[in-house]
Amino acid sequence: MFASLLIKAFKSPEIQTYAMRYQLKIEVSLKPGHSDPEGETTARLLKELGYKVETVNVSKVYSIVLEAQSRKEAEMKAEEMCKKLLANPTKDNYSFVIEEEK
Amino acid sequence: MKREDIKVCVLRVGGTNCDAETKRSLEELSVQAEIVHVNELAKRRSLMEYNALVFPGGFSYGDYVRAGAIWAKWILAKLGKELKAFVEENRPILGICNGFQVLVEAGLLPGFEEISSYPEAALATNFPPGYNCRWVYIKHENNGKCIFTRKIPKEKVLRMPVAHSEGRFMFAKEKEKQCLERLYENDQLVFRYCDKNGEYGDGRFPANPNGSFHDIVGICNLEGTIFGLMPHPERSFYWWQQPDWTRQERMPQYGDGKLIFESLINYLEKKS
Repeated sequence: MFASLLIKAFKSPEIQTYAMRYQLKIEVSLKPGHSDPEGETTARLLKELGYKVETVNVSKVYSIVLEAQSRKEAEMKAEEMCKKLLANPTKDNYSFVIEEEK
Repeated sequence: MKREDIKVCVLRVGGTNCDAETKRSLEELSVQAEIVHVNELAKRRSLMEYNALVFPGGFSYGDYVRAGAIWAKWILAKLGKELKAFVEENRPILGICNGFQVLVEAGLLPGFEEISSYPEAALATNFPPGYNCRWVYIKHENNGKCIFTRKIPKEKVLRMPVAHSEGRFMFAKEKEKQCLERLYENDQLVFRYCDKNGEYGDGRFPANPNGSFHDIVGICNLEGTIFGLMPHPERSFYWWQQPDWTRQERMPQYGDGKLIFESLINYLEKKS
């Protein structure tokens, strides 16, 4: 009886989900070769303003705070989030940086 | 099925528009149309109550992340099973403008291998950049697979308005040619942008308003029962919705958009 209670306690979510907080910075950018109208328009104006700008590429950065058991799990989740929602593989590349939150 | 018994669901969520116009267009053709909020559908109702489904235009969830992406993933998460059953029974789904973006993001279009778990195409930001609202000409390219255009003769030029900032249809660069071939092989290409005389836009503004690859306006799935397009048929349902209607020689009652809804209803009437 006591043993089974002990096992239950160990399996209970409060004990299992002792989690760390991680800061993710996920950057979603256009794949090379895809036209980037926003970047091109910005580049044109920067040139008008006198800067010797060659190219401008616009990307999106998502700053996310995430709970996970380990860095590895956080990486897995980040990858999943990109594939599921944040990037469209037809036109987007993604990359991310993960830091433990202090 | 009798026309009066046909029930069409026009979905709504924060940021959709023209749902009222879509409902009115359907009702003008004597079918039942209902505007249903997706939360209502997820909590109390079932997709299977309806014979057809319309994702209207608009800017669902503020077009955040990518136009249509959030709504598409929301639907898949909450109503995925029902939606799959709906598709498997070949019940028609129409995606207009933002609705087309949703269907692409949900992997329902082009659907080369049934429903895809990731988008196989994209509707990228317009080129020239920015939001564009104008009347365009589109040419019918389908050979009869798409059930939404069966009343339209091949190569007929229609006039409809577009209103979007992310409508540049594209495939992954490395698969562009191959994907286009598949569209033709499977008869999935439905409309291409052209000018008044039917000359293709060739990627150039204004005939092609967004720089879309191969002047693609809209495509259907393998079965021809799911169809998405950027222009708004419900905003060209009546002749008087055209900006210059009083200056035109002919003055019929209806505009070109009616043909899309009519084709859908004809299909449903014939379906057992």
